Amino acid sequence: MVTPTRKKDRIDALAASSAEPDAGVSLAASAWRTLRRSPVFLTGAVIIGLFVLISLLAPWLAPQDPSDPMLIDQVVKARNEIPQPQDGHPLGGDLQGRDFFSRVLVGSQQTLIVGVLATLIGLAGGLTLGTLAGAFGGWVDSVVMRLVDVMLSLPSLLLAFSISALFARPNQYTVIVAVAVVQIPVFARLLRGSMLAQRHSDHVLAATALGVKPGAIVFRHMLPNSLGPVIVQSTLVLATAIIDAAALSFLGLGNPDDRIPEWGQMLGDVQNVFDTHPHLAAWPAGCIIVVALGFTLMGETLREALDPKSRR
Amino acid sequence: MALLEVRDLTVVFERKGEQPFTAVDHVSFDVEPGQTVGLVGESGCGKSVTSLAVMGLLPKRGARVSGTVSYEGVNLLSLSDKEMRDRRGRDLGMVFQDPLSSLNPVIPIGVQVTEVLERHRDMPRKKAMVEAADLLDKVGIPDPNRRLSEYPHQLSGGMRQRALIAIALACRPRLLIADEPTTALDVTIQAQILALLKELVQDLGTALVMITHDLGVVAGLCDEVNVLYGGRVVEKAQRHELFAQPRHPYTHGLLASIPRLDAPRGEKLHPIRGSVADNIPWDHGCAFAPRCPNALDVCVERTPEQEDLGAGRLLRCHNPVRPTVPEEVSA
Amino acid sequence: MSSQSEAAAVPGGPVGSTGASPARSAPDAAGAPGASTADELMSVQGIKVHFPIKRGIVLDRTVGYVYAVDGVDLSVRRGETYGLVGESGCGKSTLGRAILRLTEPTAGRVVFDGTDLTTLKGESLRTMRRRMQMVFQDPMSSLDPRQSVESILVEGLRAHDLDKGKEATGKRLRDLLGAVGLPTKSLRKYPHEFSGGQRQRIGIARALAVEPDLIIADEPVSALDVSVQAQVVNLLEELQEQFGLTYLVIAHDLAVVRHISDRVGVMYLGGLVEEATSDDLYAEPLHPYTRALLSAIPVPDPLVEDRRERILLKGDLPSPANPPNGCRFHTRCPWKQATKCSTDRPQLREVLPGHKVACHWAEDIRSGRIRPHEVEAVLVEEGDGLSPDVPLVGPASVTEALNP
Repeated sequence: MVTPTRKKDRIDALAASSAEPDAGVSLAASAWRTLRRSPVFLTGAVIIGLFVLISLLAPWLAPQDPSDPMLIDQVVKARNEIPQPQDGHPLGGDLQGRDFFSRVLVGSQQTLIVGVLATLIGLAGGLTLGTLAGAFGGWVDSVVMRLVDVMLSLPSLLLAFSISALFARPNQYTVIVAVAVVQIPVFARLLRGSMLAQRHSDHVLAATALGVKPGAIVFRHMLPNSLGPVIVQSTLVLATAIIDAAALSFLGLGNPDDRIPEWGQMLGDVQNVFDTHPHLAAWPAGCIIVVALGFTLMGETLREALDPKSRR
Repeated sequence: MALLEVRDLTVVFERKGEQPFTAVDHVSFDVEPGQTVGLVGESGCGKSVTSLAVMGLLPKRGARVSGTVSYEGVNLLSLSDKEMRDRRGRDLGMVFQDPLSSLNPVIPIGVQVTEVLERHRDMPRKKAMVEAADLLDKVGIPDPNRRLSEYPHQLSGGMRQRALIAIALACRPRLLIADEPTTALDVTIQAQILALLKELVQDLGTALVMITHDLGVVAGLCDEVNVLYGGRVVEKAQRHELFAQPRHPYTHGLLASIPRLDAPRGEKLHPIRGSVADNIPWDHGCAFAPRCPNALDVCVERTPEQEDLGAGRLLRCHNPVRPTVPEEVSA
Repeated sequence: MSSQSEAAAVPGGPVGSTGASPARSAPDAAGAPGASTADELMSVQGIKVHFPIKRGIVLDRTVGYVYAVDGVDLSVRRGETYGLVGESGCGKSTLGRAILRLTEPTAGRVVFDGTDLTTLKGESLRTMRRRMQMVFQDPMSSLDPRQSVESILVEGLRAHDLDKGKEATGKRLRDLLGAVGLPTKSLRKYPHEFSGGQRQRIGIARALAVEPDLIIADEPVSALDVSVQAQVVNLLEELQEQFGLTYLVIAHDLAVVRHISDRVGVMYLGGLVEEATSDDLYAEPLHPYTRALLSAIPVPDPLVEDRRERILLKGDLPSPANPPNGCRFHTRCPWKQATKCSTDRPQLREVLPGHKVACHWAEDIRSGRIRPHEVEAVLVEEGDGLSPDVPLVGPASVTEALNP
């Protein structure tokens, strides 16, 4: 029975409405919503956005030809003198008398290509191995993981050297391959770990109990839910890849042609004159740090936003 | 004057870019020595936040606490961090839900107990060890001397909770706050721990604030019960009165929705509809109204005031459940 | 205003039908032993699940076993609800998973409607899964956070070729949501947008989608708020009536199990210690452990609580890696006798009609010839190297990681 003073509909409507939107919000959409409001993520995104923009527009932005030793007459090897900042050359010249500012700008291009390609290749390899290990388990897992262990047991740079040394004529692509291969075990291990965790998660068990085909379980449930940490890692790996590539270039296993500037290579080239001309190292190093920081900021906020546990 | 007097305790959580959230809203209750007061409610009702506020364990940033919490006449909320640290463990003991995460995993049980004794009671190490073994024995841990050198993970869940109670009791606090102390435990172990708590209240005259969602636990243990909903006390009564005649539709609904071991079988349960997510803010009416079977129009128009029904009974409801058999309403 | 009329406002809840499930209305089947086999939907025979405890850096060495389930026989009749109760670590969840072959049993057979599940492999097992579904404890973790409700529900249909065109499937999904009391607009939402009780409804709808005969519900309400638990319990009962389902409900809360079940089995340390109809079990528990368990459950009524005599068990559950000899319960049993208890493992035997118990002294305890006595608490070592609860830093091996 209903008391006369009560308008039941009104309260029921209140109970039913809860003022929710009808369309659902997927995890990705709600992650994006969180990210859009995160100042940390935005800082990272702005840095990376600028970096990508500069590298794409570098040929037009650069005031001079970065490979032209136009100031070579100002270089005095014996007294360790290099061109000072001057009209049209805001940062002066480098050891070969090339416009330093243009080189820093154009250097972003190579850095971006090396970083992105190496990370993508490493990611692809790691995903393949990690999925194999995580999905099949058993001996497949043992074989894959022992291989990964062997790769991880070598210092990553040493491994990269060995791989570069396999190529008769090093060029920028051999650098990318060498750096990428080094990243494979990192991704494989990470993915395998989170796949194994997924394998025991209730929702995968639920899918098994539902009678979902094993392939679908791996590719629809385990893999997508394992990708979060891998995506985060790839932003961090981008930074490592840039640094590794620089190291290879420095040791002569990189692109021997130094007409096309690359930050890592620029950094390596000036090691002997660092005490007298610190700015030659500071600019490329600073750029690497800022870019790496940008990727790291994005990665960290991405990880938080993608964690389904952080939203209920 | 009661041992602990909580008056208009309000906790508002503030996060940048979000609406402030009032977790505890003008909660008042008293605890006398040797008395067990229950704070009952479901997740999100503010019972745990209340206990943390009383203990001064809420983060300074993000949580705004107002009202008063007087312990022997001293307002705990006005004390400095250091003064509060001294009181915690000495005057106020606390037992948490998860005994494993409340104990430090890398320190032996014995050291964790003696630490408190050395800090608050200035006991020398040797004497503290003896006292610690005594405490473990008192809370029913067999072979206490051996247990002192063991690490938390070497104890079972029930033993860990006992150890935690021993630590809370180390300085003979006059007030013990237990936040869901048996929720993580099995029923047979829960019965042991509840019996232990009961014994402590009786033997030592400790005042106990029991925070739980389990009305069964309340029925056996608490003298006075505060039922919380949406951060406010909606009903307060002595335990016998409360269970015999729940007046608030929420209390009534809770009791009707639990299957009872001793009830005849074959009857349907009467759940409360909806979930906490349906609550409306208190300043627009009664938070429970959208889920309430008794709701009237006034329930979503005006906030119900707390009403004193006498004999320590308080009620916050526009249309309470009638005592005894529901009568025909004719208005 | 009576609570009766208001309870009808609960989504999809006819009130007042005093739940006569098919099994309850067919008492003749329970009586005759010959008839019960014909009526049996699922039976478990001597099932064991032993998890190896492996240690080792390069080569794994089995240093012991966790006897999670150690020889259980039970049978579930068509249309009934069988409740399995026990405390954490008694193996009830493992048993449920072993029945569904989500965990491989070490020994024993599971016969489902005449088919021996333990011999099935690959595709034939997968197709068989349509007929036996599971409802999980934690509705959040058992739903893939990346799937919308629609894709969660469609997945089972697809897996068993029940997806018959867009229109038919759409109708089926709306019917399913209606059956579990969720609005149709839920289809496009994601699990994190629902409350705990609603999520559990989604989990139930997922299980129902493939039209199973048997649903194993592992702690279906224990993660929910008290006021919401009753909604889900009622829903399970309504669905049983509507679709003629058979349930195996696994829970630690004896009050819930008693409410929902026709028959109840009590587990202790990997074995069944007592099995009876839920009324008999409550009216006259025969096993000392069941007695202790029943007496330990708090009743929300101060009058009852003040009068009750508790059988307080001393000590803790022994480790399933190192179970006591003889009767598993003898280390904590207040009725323990000098003979048999610590040497012979009692078998489950029928002491009263339809009431089985695994205790050597059940008759004597029942008649009062044996009185309870004090028990010295036995130390249970948690960290003595064999406990599975304390993992080393990371799994020592892949096999260990796969068999927690």
